[in-house]
Amino acid sequence: MSKNGKKILELKDLSVHFYLDEGILKAVDGVDLEIKRGETLGIVGESGCGKSVLAYSILKIVPTTARVRGEIILHPSDSMKNRKPIDIVKLNPQGECIRSIRGGEIAIIFQEPMQAFSLIHTIGNQILESVLLHVTEDLVEARKIVLDILKEVGISNAEQRINEYPQQLSGGMRQRAMIAMSLSCNPSILIADEPTTALDVTVQAQILKLINELKKSFNSSIIFITHDLGVIAEMCDKVAVMYLGKIVEYADVDTIFHKPLHPYTIALLNSIPSVNKTAKSRLEPIEGSVPYPINLPKGCNFYSRCKEARDGICNVRDIQMFEIEKGHSVRCIRVQNKYSKGAK
Amino acid sequence: MENGKVILDVKGLKKYFPIKAGSFRKTSGFIKAVDDVNLFMYEGETIGLVGESGCGKTTLGRCILRVIEPTSGSTLFRDRKGKMVDVNALDVKEMRTMWRDMQLIFQDPYSSLNPRMTVFNIIAEPLLCNNILRGKALRNRVFEIIELVGLSSRYLECYPHAFSGGQRQRIGIARALATNPRFIVCDEAVSALDVSVQAQILNLLQDLQEKLNISYIFISHDLGVIQHISDRVYVMYVGKIVEVSSAKDIFANPKHPYTRALLSARPTPDPRVKLKRTTLPGEIANPANPPSGCYFHPRCKYARDICRMEAPEWKEVSKGHFVLCHRALKI
Repeated sequence: MSKNGKKILELKDLSVHFYLDEGILKAVDGVDLEIKRGETLGIVGESGCGKSVLAYSILKIVPTTARVRGEIILHPSDSMKNRKPIDIVKLNPQGECIRSIRGGEIAIIFQEPMQAFSLIHTIGNQILESVLLHVTEDLVEARKIVLDILKEVGISNAEQRINEYPQQLSGGMRQRAMIAMSLSCNPSILIADEPTTALDVTVQAQILKLINELKKSFNSSIIFITHDLGVIAEMCDKVAVMYLGKIVEYADVDTIFHKPLHPYTIALLNSIPSVNKTAKSRLEPIEGSVPYPINLPKGCNFYSRCKEARDGICNVRDIQMFEIEKGHSVRCIRVQNKYSKGAK
Repeated sequence: MENGKVILDVKGLKKYFPIKAGSFRKTSGFIKAVDDVNLFMYEGETIGLVGESGCGKTTLGRCILRVIEPTSGSTLFRDRKGKMVDVNALDVKEMRTMWRDMQLIFQDPYSSLNPRMTVFNIIAEPLLCNNILRGKALRNRVFEIIELVGLSSRYLECYPHAFSGGQRQRIGIARALATNPRFIVCDEAVSALDVSVQAQILNLLQDLQEKLNISYIFISHDLGVIQHISDRVYVMYVGKIVEVSSAKDIFANPKHPYTRALLSARPTPDPRVKLKRTTLPGEIANPANPPSGCYFHPRCKYARDICRMEAPEWKEVSKGHFVLCHRALKI
């Protein structure tokens, strides 16, 4: 498609800080990202690295105690014609504009569908609500859209399921209903926040296949958040590796898995038990655990766990992103030094 | 491993949960959570138990330990004197002694530790309530164990909330090790952890096995973990074991269609590998009302009439590789 490759969402120096009694918790700290139309961006990192907060800040559903700085620029699609690029950060969180974006232009699939759905409304009514808000006001037409989308995501017997409550469905079916809900208004960006973490591998494979098929037919962009590198390898075009609120490496999926440069990415890849390694060998874990993200010392955040860390180089000042080659950036001073020497 | 001594021999283990319905709570049927399971393991071996959620992995693990009373069947366990004892025939007092040798590591390190007990009390509890050690000796033993699992003894007076997930799982392991067991059931012991920490815990479990000659039953739904840690693998589907073999063999050469589907559903952490996916349609069968014949036939693409009519029998496809499938030799 000719529209492919057009920027659709840009994050510029985005920070989400929580001001707590103990200090400032920098959940997201200076993130620059862009997503093109039809592209799948993977965000990977350990729990507590700020993946979910980053996703929520795009929809402006972070808790009110958070301070969001920077810019989130949405380039609206054709359905929102005659609109200039919108900076989501500046919008009123309860205003008209963000409410038309949420669910309409940008939709989200939550990790735990049991908690995301209301238990006292039927699946059909919950999806119907967003269709009535964003697509059409005609109840009969809306109902038809809901039925179609439920069939599309592979829910068998959709006419019956539409009147069922979330707790009557199995885990996989609930996640399908969740996906149906997020796709019901043809969003141009879909945020998938750990959509398969709670599911079995067989069901996970079904859901991943479904998301890929739907991406092709709707031509939407996907932001795929997960801690599972296997899923990332399967789904994504571009990958951003996050550690303690910062992006430490950004590249296309092949480079991340075959030519990773940041010590954290390398260590993360080494710690997965996988087919290629001989059974019963030892894994290479990352020593220690993720530091408490409040009042971090100066310098590289990964300093305390990094094998390559050198005193006096890594812990002097904050490390900037450095572009090794086009489309491959790393936040590591040692990699940067090595490459800038090589260039000279 | 082949020549080792058998430490555990489970024969015909069953656990049926009654379904009670109606105003008189009459039993209207049974959920066959564990249905006629046979399993054995050698000393110092790790057995992987894999299957989808709801297939009865956890129930089987707990039935072997007799934490859940099995409906029928026998669990022969080699006690410290080297005699095979049927665990299910023991009385309460004998069982207490036996549990010193059989321990359990739980899945969720956040809910399996009592938040109102210090780490010292958590680790000391199995020693105290079994009357094994007290006083100075107890203190020394707890110090020894906590260092064994890679935590500093200065943490002993802390409460569980002060620890991260990986550290909590280490405390859970320390508690299981306190009575010096020879057999541990690890029920999804690393599923709740991040990959980097998961690798630490897996290495720790392997080190402990080498040092203390412990046998593990490792329950997990993560095939990568199972492949990494296991010597032999049991694949479970709706309460039944459907395939048994050495880990190497089962991953290289799976025979049961269910095992094949499980393996092909697993995402590979390499974007260059594009697997030919056989996505399994549908979902795991309802154990309260399982399908006729082979339980797997509604989801199986190789199913024939015989699969719908008759329950399959065990077939040995190669030495030590058993499959519960009518068509194992033909596909």
